[in-house]
Amino acid sequence: MAPGPALMGEISPFGALYVRAYRGMLLARILDDKFAALYRAGKITGGVFLGRGQEALSVAVGLALRAGDVFAPLIRDAAGRLIFRETVLDAVRTYMGSPLGPMRGRDGNVHRGNPREGYLPMISHLGAMISVVNGMLLAKRFKGEKDVVGAACVGEGATSTGAFHEGLNQAAVENLPLILVVANNQFAYSTPTDRQFACESLVDKAAGYGVTGHRVDGTELDACLKTIATAVERARAGDGPQLVVAELLRLCGHGEHDDAGYIDSGMKKSPLGRDCLKLAEAQLLSQGWADAARLESWRAEAVHEVEAAVAQVQGEAPPNPFTEQWSALSTARLSEGQE
Amino acid sequence: MSITYLEAIREAQARALAQDPRVFIYGQDVGAFGGAFKATKNLAGEFPGRVLDAPISEDAIIGSAVGAAIGGMRPIVEMQFADFASVGFNQIVNQAATLFWRTQVPCPITVRLPFGGTAGGGPFHSQSVEAIYAHFPGLIVMTPATVEDAYSMLLEAVAIDDPVIFCEHKYLYYHLKADALPTEAVPTGKARIARAGRDMTIVAYSAMVHEAIAAADELAPEGSEIEVVDLRSVKPLDTDTVMASVARTGRLLCVGESWPWGGVTAEVIARVAAEGFGLLDAPPQRLNAKDTPVPYHPNLWTTHRPTARSIAAAARRLLRL
Repeated sequence: MAPGPALMGEISPFGALYVRAYRGMLLARILDDKFAALYRAGKITGGVFLGRGQEALSVAVGLALRAGDVFAPLIRDAAGRLIFRETVLDAVRTYMGSPLGPMRGRDGNVHRGNPREGYLPMISHLGAMISVVNGMLLAKRFKGEKDVVGAACVGEGATSTGAFHEGLNQAAVENLPLILVVANNQFAYSTPTDRQFACESLVDKAAGYGVTGHRVDGTELDACLKTIATAVERARAGDGPQLVVAELLRLCGHGEHDDAGYIDSGMKKSPLGRDCLKLAEAQLLSQGWADAARLESWRAEAVHEVEAAVAQVQGEAPPNPFTEQWSALSTARLSEGQE
Repeated sequence: MSITYLEAIREAQARALAQDPRVFIYGQDVGAFGGAFKATKNLAGEFPGRVLDAPISEDAIIGSAVGAAIGGMRPIVEMQFADFASVGFNQIVNQAATLFWRTQVPCPITVRLPFGGTAGGGPFHSQSVEAIYAHFPGLIVMTPATVEDAYSMLLEAVAIDDPVIFCEHKYLYYHLKADALPTEAVPTGKARIARAGRDMTIVAYSAMVHEAIAAADELAPEGSEIEVVDLRSVKPLDTDTVMASVARTGRLLCVGESWPWGGVTAEVIARVAAEGFGLLDAPPQRLNAKDTPVPYHPNLWTTHRPTARSIAAAARRLLRL
């Protein structure tokens, strides 16, 4: 939604983009907070995984993509998902296991997407989505579709996997328009970076793969918007894979079951521990792109959207095991699942 | 003119490429080199840009095949040896096999696994891995035993909208010949009576079908008529054909080249025992490879896996029960 001219006056294109990004971050934060509340109230089965502190990076990825592109988000990408193409309703339906959601109660929480629309539902194995994005980009190449890119999001923990290595190397060999975004949030569950890798910066790996590397302060929305936009532009222009490494801190546990007691308080107080949403608010105010009343109305609008979605989904019937199609194959005649 | 099992696989891929622009081939050394076994010989030249060499990255090969399938393609991927598919195991069982169930988007990929033992293959170039893939829902596992099935089932695998693990036996590549390619095919999901008989049923698949037939031939002069059922695909498993055969013979011996713990032979016996206990005149038996890695030296290898001789011996024992 465009900001009202009475408040904004002449807003620059970047200011307008910033506002859109901020509102995406805000919606994601409020949605995440609602999931956390539902989890504590025992209304969500399984885990809840928040993106608190990573919204600026995530939203920048979602914003830089367009229809026809491919997006493989990870667990802390509510902001990127919502701005890319997901509705709040689909997110809530997946967490609540509604059969009307995209995963129909068969998969839940962060495992949601719509592959036909280029929005891939992650499996739990880290790094595993990178090569799937590569394959979708290969398919587009076969079909002669141009000017498309694919983005895959991972954390620093995923950089230790074989799948990360194979996927990035494969993209480099095929010169695919892949943007591989690494959110270095300092902890893979409880494991700190010095037990995860031994290079100075993960962006140093780019050279080894023969791809372009970018490094960005993941707490700063404007830096994220600019760096991701540059990476996407270069990939779209045919410059091959782009590795983006963002430095930030996870401002929550791995999941809501985790109090993250292992995160040192000094790190929380360091620049890494700044809340990207609060920084973005300060920037909006200082640039005159919003005032306090405007921020409050955006917040109220987001809260209303989330609450309405939750209320709607809570009224929906749960999946029915007796009418469920117990077949894992699309070729029904070859399925043994019903036995 | 005659055509080998390997040539049939090559011809099936040529036909798939020719008749469907969505088909492409991806794997290590499959391009100009034509594949480690030459199963893609000349295809890169005949179909420019559609037969791609891959880095040695089984995980990424399978993962990208899934992505390409989502994107509307029908990839055929070659794992150089079935043994190496273990590196891509995660993408097969967790990505490809779950996609349709989770999203309702089909995953039409064909994973060719050159599998099974050959003399001198040793522990890492000989494995029979069909059972571990059959264990996971969402996969079809084909195990063709004939030149005709190698051809027609591979074409069917490419046409099917689900991930197919296509187990092609390396021993049969050169040893098996047919006069011509088939013009019609039995659909996957139907087993075949490879040899008719009335005294005992031997259920086998892939290379073991031929060992079982040889064993049956060995027993014929002794007055025993052995029926051999070729499963063709181990998943789905054609329980009906097996049960009908056991109803005729009253005796069941299952033969598999893979290891004994769990697996296809155990599954067949479990089904027959559960659903056809009354049909059996003797306890159902099975014969598998020994529970060790596959040995290198031919003397050890031929003892490690079932052969016509060991199958005949097992059949004689079962006939006396």
